[in-house]
Amino acid sequence: MVAHTPVAAGGDRTATARRRSGVGRQVVRLAILVAILAVVLYPLIWMIGTSFKSQEEIVNNIGLIPRRFTPGNFTEGWNNFDVSFGRFFLNSAMVSLLTVVGNMVSCLLAAYAFARLRFRLRRFWFAIMIGTLLLPGHVLTVPQYILFRKLDMVGGPWPYLPLVLPQFLATEAFFVFLMVQFMRGIPRELDEAAKIDGANAYGIFRYVILPLSRPALVTTAIFSFIWTWNEFFRQLVYISDLDAYTVPVALTLFIDSTSQSAVGPMFAMSLLSLLPVFLFFVAFQRMLVEGINTSGLKG
Amino acid sequence: MALTTAPAPTPPAKKSVRAAAKTRRPGRIRHGEGLAGYVFLSPWLLGLMGITAIPMLLSLYLSFTNYDILTDLSDVEWVGLENYRRMFTADPSYWHSVQVTVMFALIAVPLKLVAALGVALLLNRAWRGVGLFRGLFYLPSLLGGSVALAIVWVNMFNRDGAFNSFLGLFGIEGKPWVNDPEWALETLMVLAIWQFGAPMVIFLAGLKQVPTELYEAAAVDGAGRVRQFFRITLPMLSPVIFFNLVLETINGFQGFTAAFVLSNGTGGPVDSTLMYTLNLYITGFTELEMGYASAMAWVFLVAIALVTAVFFSTGRFWVHYSDGDGH
Repeated sequence: MVAHTPVAAGGDRTATARRRSGVGRQVVRLAILVAILAVVLYPLIWMIGTSFKSQEEIVNNIGLIPRRFTPGNFTEGWNNFDVSFGRFFLNSAMVSLLTVVGNMVSCLLAAYAFARLRFRLRRFWFAIMIGTLLLPGHVLTVPQYILFRKLDMVGGPWPYLPLVLPQFLATEAFFVFLMVQFMRGIPRELDEAAKIDGANAYGIFRYVILPLSRPALVTTAIFSFIWTWNEFFRQLVYISDLDAYTVPVALTLFIDSTSQSAVGPMFAMSLLSLLPVFLFFVAFQRMLVEGINTSGLKG
Repeated sequence: MALTTAPAPTPPAKKSVRAAAKTRRPGRIRHGEGLAGYVFLSPWLLGLMGITAIPMLLSLYLSFTNYDILTDLSDVEWVGLENYRRMFTADPSYWHSVQVTVMFALIAVPLKLVAALGVALLLNRAWRGVGLFRGLFYLPSLLGGSVALAIVWVNMFNRDGAFNSFLGLFGIEGKPWVNDPEWALETLMVLAIWQFGAPMVIFLAGLKQVPTELYEAAAVDGAGRVRQFFRITLPMLSPVIFFNLVLETINGFQGFTAAFVLSNGTGGPVDSTLMYTLNLYITGFTELEMGYASAMAWVFLVAIALVTAVFFSTGRFWVHYSDGDGH
């Protein structure tokens, strides 16, 4: 408040008046914020409410809250297709977790090279890496698909290789950049001390950089998971067997059957699919918000 | 990328020692370290070659062919600039998709940033509960790109959706907005604006960097709040505005999921949601015209590069870097 109040205030009376108007302003501010928040949260609450409504209530009750909570949509949605949603969740979890591991390992290695090691053409490669930050992924989908198909990696019982393999090759430049920034903040005297103790580049990585990079690794892991869990375009391109469907691809099956009776189960499964992201949000809210600060990309 | 607004997750100690390390003569690379550099970089280099560079070159080559996935790569027919000619002169739906995409970005991005800045200004005070508000406003940014939310959104603006129920409270009769070519894209814009949380968080970080002395000095000089906002807050925030503008525009051009869900992958109704990337997907993976799709991808890439270049070249006229802040 201080910053915006004229300093040259004189006398107790004006100060009190000002404080009172300050309180009034706070109340107005809070009211506006609450109103905006209501609008922002409305779709989410509507989704939750609809998921628990019976078929009949979805048609008749336009209110947010179901008169009677029924879990029917969840069981129906879960078994709506020939393959149960449990399978889709497992598939999604597998792709997401492998992506997390791949990004953590490969981006950390690349970031260490960029942030700490001196080698020929380092500046050149670093500039290229920054360049790939803004490269729109959709541009590469067609030729990547052709190449992966040529290598016999498309389709088959385990069609996830084209989704996961790039993540083990540090292609998510965003995380490389995030970790480089982080490592630049680790004091170099620690490297020097390790060097005096006889550590080479690998030793410094193992005993100095790796343990100290934990916060950056955690941020990478969380964002990798959420983004991959929500990712759709590439999963749509590469996955064709119902058995292998991930959750987002499976959800689009509901759209095909546009009958009104599918709304309940569709919403129930949509809600379930957002649950992992929501839990991450609850657990790491602070970290996510700070993480976006460091980078701002995507999100 | 010197535009970042706050340091990465706080490193364990301050970085005063870097100067010491820098005194070592540059250019001399000890052999072992040079090798180690490439050892650590090797996964990234492999990815750069195999996942990025080679596909890029391949798609440049394919853009001059009539390749479809069914014929063998060795049998493709070179068609010269035919794909580009067709795109620019003989494909109305291509131009339509360009229009849709530009419209989307032109309207949704500024509104999203205004919403983000507005809410950030309201939140920019330390009081209890601010963290909760900030988190909840940010939530849509985490969920919003998903198929699940697009599904909810489409139903919300459908005939029996929540939006029409809301209008009904005022006696207004709504319509199935998502099936109306006049309104379908607008519902997607609203979805994008709804996700203002990510730029908001970045604005909040930027607002914290504005020195309070400036406001005090301005107040002494008798400047009111409005004047303070335009003379202090906006200029001081301009690097962050620039950063958000570039990122959101590039993201806006690439919107795919919601358009796909709304139209069930067709870009309808009447091509009104045929975003560029959706058109690319349909051309490449539904119609299997991968040569043509490659040409579209390259034009997209060049267009995004141009837009970014325009931002950066005009940025110096309105982006203000204060001395301590210039990174």
